[in-house]
Order: sequence, then C-alpha cells, then structure tokens
Amino acid sequence: MNFDFSDEQKQMRDQARKFLAEKCPPKAVRAVLDGNAPYDKDLWKGLAEMGFLGVAIPEEFGGAGAGHLELCVIAEEMGRALAPVPFSSTVYLAAEAILLAGNAEQKKKWLPAIASGQAIGTLALFEGKGNPSPDAIKLAASGGSLNGVKKPVPDGAIADFAVVAARTGSTGRDSDVSLFLVDMKAGGVEARALTNLDPSRGQAELAFKNCKAEPLGASGEGWSVLAQMLDRAAVLMAFEQVGGADRALEMGRDYALDRIAFGRPIGSFQAVKHMLADMYVSATLARSNCYYGAWALSTNASELPEAAAAARISATQAFQHCAKNNIQVHGGMGFTWEFDCHLYYRRANATALGLGSLSYWEDALIDRMRKRNAA
Amino acid sequence: MNFDDTPQEAAFRAEAKAWIAANAPKQYEDELKKSSLGRTALKGANILEVAKAWQKRKADAGWACLHWPKEYGGRGATPIERVIWQQEEGAFGKLSGMFIIGHGMCGPTMMAFAGEAEKKKYLPPLASGEKVWCQLFSEPAGGSDVAGLRTRAEKQGDNWIVNGQKIWTSGAHYSDYGILLTRTDPNVAKHKGLTMFFLDMKSPGVEIKPIKQANGQSDFNEVYFTDVKIPDSQRLGAVNDGWNVSLTTLMNERMSIGAGVATGFPELFEFCNSLMLEDGPAIEDRNVRSKLANWAVKASGLKYTSMRAISALSKGDRPGPENSIGKLVAGSMVQEVAMYALDLQGAAGALVGAEDAEATGKFQAMLLRAPGTRVEGGTDEIMRNIIAERVLGLPGDIRVDKDVPFNKIPTRGRG
Repeated sequence: MNFDFSDEQKQMRDQARKFLAEKCPPKAVRAVLDGNAPYDKDLWKGLAEMGFLGVAIPEEFGGAGAGHLELCVIAEEMGRALAPVPFSSTVYLAAEAILLAGNAEQKKKWLPAIASGQAIGTLALFEGKGNPSPDAIKLAASGGSLNGVKKPVPDGAIADFAVVAARTGSTGRDSDVSLFLVDMKAGGVEARALTNLDPSRGQAELAFKNCKAEPLGASGEGWSVLAQMLDRAAVLMAFEQVGGADRALEMGRDYALDRIAFGRPIGSFQAVKHMLADMYVSATLARSNCYYGAWALSTNASELPEAAAAARISATQAFQHCAKNNIQVHGGMGFTWEFDCHLYYRRANATALGLGSLSYWEDALIDRMRKRNAA
Repeated sequence: MNFDDTPQEAAFRAEAKAWIAANAPKQYEDELKKSSLGRTALKGANILEVAKAWQKRKADAGWACLHWPKEYGGRGATPIERVIWQQEEGAFGKLSGMFIIGHGMCGPTMMAFAGEAEKKKYLPPLASGEKVWCQLFSEPAGGSDVAGLRTRAEKQGDNWIVNGQKIWTSGAHYSDYGILLTRTDPNVAKHKGLTMFFLDMKSPGVEIKPIKQANGQSDFNEVYFTDVKIPDSQRLGAVNDGWNVSLTTLMNERMSIGAGVATGFPELFEFCNSLMLEDGPAIEDRNVRSKLANWAVKASGLKYTSMRAISALSKGDRPGPENSIGKLVAGSMVQEVAMYALDLQGAAGALVGAEDAEATGKFQAMLLRAPGTRVEGGTDEIMRNIIAERVLGLPGDIRVDKDVPFNKIPTRGRG
C-alpha cells in the first residue's frame, strides 16, 4: 500500500504552485471578478503551454497522457489560486465527456484543441433550479437540432463548444436522455452572461433555437454517461475545493499570527486557536477523502461512485467551513472588498452548487453505500 | 497511489491469515464483532483471561508487539506489516484493549530509558501479556495540566520514597507494573522538577481504589502511595528530567495509529438500515440520510487519514501531532451518533440494557460512555491546542506559572 502521491506527482504540484503564484496572483483573480475580462486569457495560454490543460488527455490526442492523479494535483493548485479560467468546465466536464463517449472523429477534433488551449468547452445540464436528474432535462432534441434553454451553464458565454443534455424520448426512463455536441460558433445558440456569486468564474444562459447538434455517444445513453461524468468531475472539483480550503486556512492562520489585540497576537486566544484547529480538521478529513477519490478515479475502481460522493461532500463542507471562518478570524477587515477573504468565500459557495448541491450528494452517497452493503 | 500488497506484504498477510484462522478464539468472534464503545464484556467468560490467553498465544508464535525488536518480545515488523496484522486480526484485536497502554506507552518508554538488563527482564512478559502495565501520570490537581502533579518522590539512600495520589489510572487494578511521574523538586518551575520511575504495583504502600464512573462501570482507578519504596535503578531518565521522558511516552501514544477509533458510524448505519419509522424505512428518510452522509464522510475521512499516516510512517516519516484529529473527531461524533440513534427510537430510547432496550442497548451504552472519551487521553480542548500550536504554529497559551517555583503556584481559585 502507498496511499500518497508519488514524488513525480508532488514535483508537478510544486511546479503548478510556482507557476500559479507568478501568473495568478489575487490581482489577476480580481481583474476577472471586477469584470475587466470574462476570463484570464494569458493564464489560460500559459496553462496550455505548461501542458496542464491536457495532462489527462492521451498523447495521441495532443495531451500529456499523464493521468488523473496528475490532474488531481493540478486541480488542487487551481483551487488554491482561485484561477479565473474555464478549467473545470473544459477539463473536468467537456474533455471527460468526450473521452467517455466521443467517437474517434470527435476526439480528434476537440481533445487536441482543449490541450492546446484553443477550445473552451462546457456542459449544459441544468435548466433552472434543482439538482441533476433525468426528469429535469426538458430541452428537446429531434432531427439533430436542439430547442430549449439551459441555465446556469458554467463558462457558457466563453465556450467554443458545449456538451448538451437533451430529451430524446418520453418513456419516463433514464434512457430518454441523450448527449449532444454543439459548436457554439455554428449558430442556433445564443449565450447571455449571468451575474453570479463568484464572478471570477462566469455563468451563462444558453438559448437553443433549431440549433444543429451532433450526437455524443449512443442515443439513450446520455444519463449513464452524465452520471459517470458527474462522479469524475466531483473528485476533480473536490481537489479544487481542498486547495481553496487549505489556502483559506493559511490566510486565517497568518492573520492570527500578525494581528495584535489586547496586547497579544489574536492567534494566542483559545477561541481563535480552536476555530483554526477545527478548520484544519475539516480540511484534513476532506483531503483524505479526496485521496481515496483520486485512487478510485485513476484506477476506474468500482468504488468510484461512493468515493466521489464522499470526496465531494467532505470537500464542499471543508471549503465552506474554512472560507467562512477565515473571514471570522479576520474580523471587520475580512468583510472588506479589499481583503481577499471574500474571493474564497464566493468560490467556496459557488463550487458547493455547480455539480449538484450537498443534499444531492448526501442522497447519492447513502444510495451507493446501501448498494455496496446489499452486495 | 495504490492499496496493493507488495509480494512480501502479500506473503506476510497470507501467513498471518492462516495463523489467525488456526489459532484465534473463534467462539468469541461474534460477540467481539458486536461489542461497541461502553460494552466489551463477554458472556460466560472473563474477558481479561480470554485476552491474556490470546496475547500469550500470539507471543509464543511471534505475533505479539509486531513493531518491537525481537529481543524484547516483538517481531521487528514494518509499520505496514503491523497494519496488515490489524486488518487480519479483525474483531480479535478488541481483546488487546487491556494491553494498549503497556504496549503503546510504557514499553516504548522503557525501551528508550531503561537499562539493558531491565529491558531484557521486563519487556518480553509485557509483550506476551503475562504482565500488564499501567501509566500513572494524572492527578486530582493535574489533569490537562499534567506538570502540575504533586506526588512526591524523595531520595533516601539508594531508594526513593513516594507519597501522593494518582487518578484516572486505566487498569491499575489488574496491572503488575506501572510507569510513574513524580515531583522530585518543588522549588523549581513545575516542568523542571519531575522524575519518572517504573514500579511494581504490588509494592507495599500502593493502594488501588476503583472509580465508579458516570456510566456505572469502573475502568479507572485512584492509586494512593504511602511511603512506597522504589529503587533508584528503576528511575527512567535523569533526576528532574521526567517531563522530557513523559513527552516520549506521549509521542508514542500517537505512534499507536491505525488501530482505529470508534465513531459509532457502522453501528448507526446498520441500525438505520433495518429500522422502520412511522412512514417507512429510516434509511429512506431524507433527514436520516443527510445525517448519515455527514457522519459517513467523517468516518471515511478518519480511516483514510490514518492510511495516509501509515504510508508516511512506512517511508520513515515520524508521525506528528496531526494524528490528534482521530480522537478529537471520533469522540464527539460517537456521542452525537448515540444521541441520534436514541432520538430515532423515541420514548423507548430511554430504556437501557440488552433485554428491554432497542438494538440490544448498544447506543445507550455508547451515550453513557461517550463523555469520558472526550476527556481521557487529552480533552477535546487540549487536542485543539495541540493542533493549533504544533501543527499550525500558533502561539502557546500565556503560562502564568511558567517561571514560578512549583511551591509558589496558587492552589485555589477563590481564596
């Protein structure tokens, strides 16, 4: 047994951390947050040059062909730095969808474009409020064209292509759902940027009107591919969340060491120490659950659905916990626009929802545990 | 990242599995499997005798104290082999409860500070369970503040004469030996005047009184010392260096990782899986599922945290204070789990005992034992201080008694 990342993977983490510290300081995150640009184009280009966008894409499709453990390591660093780029939608969702269900031609067209930073992709799943469910997918597909509205779609306004979940049947079964690939530049779809909790990562509404679309995977297989996609993305996003949680904890710790009140560093008061200790506990539990998720993801283990749900819940809780208490440790300064605490608070609460909220994953975890127990 | 055994590990596992299958006391397996926090008795058998017999059998075949050197009764095994053994030993591992303090804390302290002759004499029977050891640190005036202890040891020729009182000594009533932290110089600051010894618990002047706990059971004792004579040859470490010796003991406590702390989660999941509520199975109730999921990720988080620690250990890293999270998380979790199980039982949740209570009364026993878990071996608050100071690097508390001679420290809060 070796329940840890390898030395090479840790080197890659250091490399990513160094790169992001230089290219993605809080100033860069704020530029996107303040609406100066929809995403950080230079950073995106740099990530492509570093080989980070295609780290889990096979070499034959222009990627580094390293694997998902390496991608987990990068994801953690992206979360730590709050990278204001469409990494999660393009890499965890769109690329994974094509790897899982795409045909040779689709792989050849999109995967090299993702790896080189030329194509931004996303998943258009949600149609208003609610969690992922086959019943909630109403957008209609017939005769190779789509009609309906998706929102929110992460990075939808800047995407070059979208994986779209659509209804192709009316039997009331999961097999009514199919996936399609839409080239956003080909017309028939209109994107409208939406304001959201975390403006450092965009959300959009996509309105499809007789939009030409090509099937992704077999008709009726959409939901089963989506379920796998969500599990895989949950692990990767959990690493981002753990990266963010760790950074929020560090910010709180550093401030507690520097800030003097009542004649001593506030970090010497037990009320503050214990709050930070509890943040450390939740970040540690989340990291450990994430490692198990990483193992399951990288080996395609049958434990993946359960491991992904556990990682997702644990990391969501840890990021929210660390981000909110980081503000608390900072006191009034933590509630200013000027301090970076709110950037983490925003990211924590936005990432808690994007792939389905806590209640969705809690439900999923118990279902999966019951299944294993019955087996 | 993998969970696969290396060929050597696989061979070790096969050997352990085969030996356990041929030698474990299988007649108790079911009962041991069902035992949970606050309840580890065996019907119709003295658990201490069963535990000692199992330990001796393991020792005779070279399966006791796996990580100890062979000459002291161990096997010289690797950390991973120790974990593999624990996995294979399964429920029979619960029989090791009475040896945890001796094997986890007293033995390593002896190994670090006793003379070679003493090590050869005392360690093998400690490993084999023929002799049981206890740890005498806590006192009425020194719980979390261990260095505030008052038990005096005074030099008289080649001996030390000990007077005072210890409390919360697990297993003192069945222990043969103990390691004892005493005050040898009250005129210096509290950490600087302590000295460590080991002693025969049958020495004249040692009196043991069981403590009746809030849950009605008696796992702990008060131990009184009246003119107890300890030879200087049983001193561990230098005179007045006992604080440093005790840090070794406590650090080894953290090395005892991988054993797994009780969270109550497997019991609760099983209970909810079969429980019917007014409007259907509990496991299909939204609130129940949400609670279960939240505890499930804590339990799995602890499990994988300990696996990460084992991986680090096997690469030669020293386990650090970050392992304090196990007890901190599990302690309050088991209490909350028990309260929730009772809540699901409604009015009948108030009944205790195997006969009348739901689920054979395991959650009631858990509830009543849980407050102790949050206090023993370092309170939740001490654990948080350890994490804050030694992991996160936050300042220590302001210690107003740090530079004050021990005998000048106030002893009462209100006049």
